[in-house]
Amino acid sequence: MTDPKMNDAPVGTLLGKAAVLDGLPEHPAVKALLAWNAEALLDAKFDRKELTLTVAHDQICAAARAVQAAGYNFFEDMTAVDWFPSEPRFQLSYHILSHGYKERIRLRVMLEAADPAVESITSVWPSANFYEREVFDLFGIRFEGHPNLRRIMMPEEWEGHPLRKDYPVEGYR
Amino acid sequence: MSDIVGTPILEVPVAEGAKDQHMILNMGPQHPSTHGVLRLVLEIDGEIVVRLYPEIGYLHTGVEKTCEAKFYQQVVPLTDRLDYLSPMANNLCYCLAVERLLGLEIPPKAQWMRVLLSELTRLNSHLVWLGTHAMDIGALTVFLYTFREREDILRIFEHVAGQRMMTSYFRIGGLSMEPPLDFFDRVQAFIKTFPEKIDEYSNLLTGNPIFVNRLKGVGHLTAAEAIALGVTGPPLRASGVDVDLRRDTPYSGYENFQFDVPVSNEGDCWARYVVRLEEMRQSVRIIQQALDGMPEGPIKADAPKVVLPDREKMKTQMEALIHHFKIVTEGFTVPAGEVYQGIESPRGQMGYYVVSDGSAKPWRVHMRNPSFATLQAVETMCKGRMLADVVAVVGSIDIVLGEIDR
Repeated sequence: MTDPKMNDAPVGTLLGKAAVLDGLPEHPAVKALLAWNAEALLDAKFDRKELTLTVAHDQICAAARAVQAAGYNFFEDMTAVDWFPSEPRFQLSYHILSHGYKERIRLRVMLEAADPAVESITSVWPSANFYEREVFDLFGIRFEGHPNLRRIMMPEEWEGHPLRKDYPVEGYR
Repeated sequence: MSDIVGTPILEVPVAEGAKDQHMILNMGPQHPSTHGVLRLVLEIDGEIVVRLYPEIGYLHTGVEKTCEAKFYQQVVPLTDRLDYLSPMANNLCYCLAVERLLGLEIPPKAQWMRVLLSELTRLNSHLVWLGTHAMDIGALTVFLYTFREREDILRIFEHVAGQRMMTSYFRIGGLSMEPPLDFFDRVQAFIKTFPEKIDEYSNLLTGNPIFVNRLKGVGHLTAAEAIALGVTGPPLRASGVDVDLRRDTPYSGYENFQFDVPVSNEGDCWARYVVRLEEMRQSVRIIQQALDGMPEGPIKADAPKVVLPDREKMKTQMEALIHHFKIVTEGFTVPAGEVYQGIESPRGQMGYYVVSDGSAKPWRVHMRNPSFATLQAVETMCKGRMLADVVAVVGSIDIVLGEIDR
């Protein structure tokens, strides 16, 4: 029995870079990233009225600068998703809000499980400071160029990174 | 894996050349004006703040990890406990995110009830802020007045949800139950007298020279600094940035309501006080509109596989009983995808980022809490000012440690 009000693929979903470039050629963030470095834009998707742009993992800082210049001025949130055991294991999601366009985009970076590290975007938005510390603390992803990369939630001598999927929810590690 | 880098906080050296003048002072984690268990490590030169580090994590409970082990509907009561002064805002944000993942349509009455209760929550939260902020500054009386009104709001919450603080009244797909018969009359009676009460607080504080001198020109933050440091909500609007998600990216039917967004260009603690006081008046306006135009109809979405059936139906109809049993024992599956839902909570922009892998438990739930980001701006606001101003600044940004540490 299928519920008519629950549909798996909502109308207006664009999956893949080609589909997004085709469907949203005038979107300011898409235009800005294409003008900056079309090669570094690896994937894109427009799903549930949210635009997700995947950029190369060594290009996040420059990509953040490009969308900032395009009017996406407010860094709202950043976090990681652990897709263990699949590879690439870690997904970093940056949510950037535009006060002018009144909408937000999601920049996405995929990282391999071995020694996950990415450039810090604190030089673009200083507000990313705590968020990157949190991801470092709970996922063990290093942010290069971060001014003060220490654990933020867990005690400093803690071992392991609790939000990783191979870390148990309860009981001993 | 031991990959801790950086310096532990107490080993941060005092600036070179100032060793005999500067000292490190710990404020908190057990300090009454830090509103919970916040620890501020201050480097001070006499009474002037040179550097300031917020140390957090004392209240870390791993809510995000716990969410991954629960069914979608079991996460709702966890969200109450983050920002315990505005539980309804957390419920709303989480429910909206999951509803968008599911593609559920929420009936108008439920949406309007959500708006009404969200605004009551805003009043509740602002009342606690006003009382404690004034108390930190030394105006003890206001606390008694604001808690008098807050008690009325908590009684309304108890009446509608059965709980005073941890309401869990919003559920995925609507509300947990119909509002009781005299609910609307009680809300109407409350907001009829409430604007006078705001005048009363204003009379106690706005002309109070001590209160004014402690706040005016203190904790200054420019618009550019506020945006760079991730400040949202009333502190952002007090710095002259006209952003309110209720108006800019409407959710839950906010587009049907008329209200003004108070903005001030001063950027100091006083401006935050003025903005919040005006916000309370606007909330009363929204509540009045919600009462006047409350639509009739169901309070739950028409989705039997997601929303629990009514008790009567569950006891009399076989199909409803099956759905009830399946939802409670197995949960409901949510199509794979990711959603970031942002709302304007009393403290600023709250966001829930929910990632689904297609199962009945969320793969990842992340909360963007306004206090967490706002805390980063404390150093900018306090640098070069007196130690006593730290108390005024921390009070004026209205943080709740429960949502910072999560």
